[in-house]
Amino acid sequence: MLLNQFLMLSAFLFCTGIYGVLTRKHTVLVLMSIELMLAAVNINLVAFGAFHNSVIGQVFALFVLTIAAAEVGVGLAIVLLIYRNSHSADLDDAHALKG
Amino acid sequence: MVGGRRVIAENVFFGIIAAAMAISALGVVSTKNVVHAALFLVIVLAGGAAQFILLGQEFVAWVQVLVYIGAVIVLFLFGIMLTRAPMHPEGSLGNDLRWPAAAAALFLAGILGGLFAHTFGRDKLHINAPIRTADVTNAIFRIYIIPFEIVGVLLLGALIGAVVLARRD
Repeated sequence: MLLNQFLMLSAFLFCTGIYGVLTRKHTVLVLMSIELMLAAVNINLVAFGAFHNSVIGQVFALFVLTIAAAEVGVGLAIVLLIYRNSHSADLDDAHALKG
Repeated sequence: MVGGRRVIAENVFFGIIAAAMAISALGVVSTKNVVHAALFLVIVLAGGAAQFILLGQEFVAWVQVLVYIGAVIVLFLFGIMLTRAPMHPEGSLGNDLRWPAAAAALFLAGILGGLFAHTFGRDKLHINAPIRTADVTNAIFRIYIIPFEIVGVLLLGALIGAVVLARRD
């Protein structure tokens, strides 16, 4: 296997995630796209770890996984709060702080 | 010729899993049903775990299955349920940024693809044996013990923060 095929796959997933973050209106879908990007980064880290025959890539991927789980927890709590206050989970409706 | 056959099998498996992941990723960002997006995300993450096993890194693959598919997706489904997300939306779930966003994503994909092709060319992966979980835990608890503790504190902070944010007064 080539290193590049894993890197290209992760680049594709990352760019798909960027497209989702920019185009989705529903907040939960935006969070899902962010998860897509984090998963892509994990594939990159693990592929480089395998390339160098070391465990470091795996260790960093585990840290990224932990941060992603924490991020989803706090993010969904914020989404719930927005929904409770404005009765809508659309990002376009969350403009209370707009100048 | 056993080695050559192994390389072909690895590449075939990589291709199948990668194609499923790519199609499902496009599904996550384009489907009109929010629950379907979560289920597409399951396929992408399970495919990622399969790629990790293909790379000989088992521990992170199973952690990915447990944490992402077991916990994060369930959290997403709870989020969808609690925000009464539209299952059959009349309008679109996207905004009017479709073409600029596609241009930005394609631009980044072009840059990343070009850089990877230029830098790593045809560098091969030499995976002889899977990495042992004992080695991973040794690295975490010897070299990276301080980041590990900090991540633990961060998880505690996120837990308390999520409870404080989401509780009803």
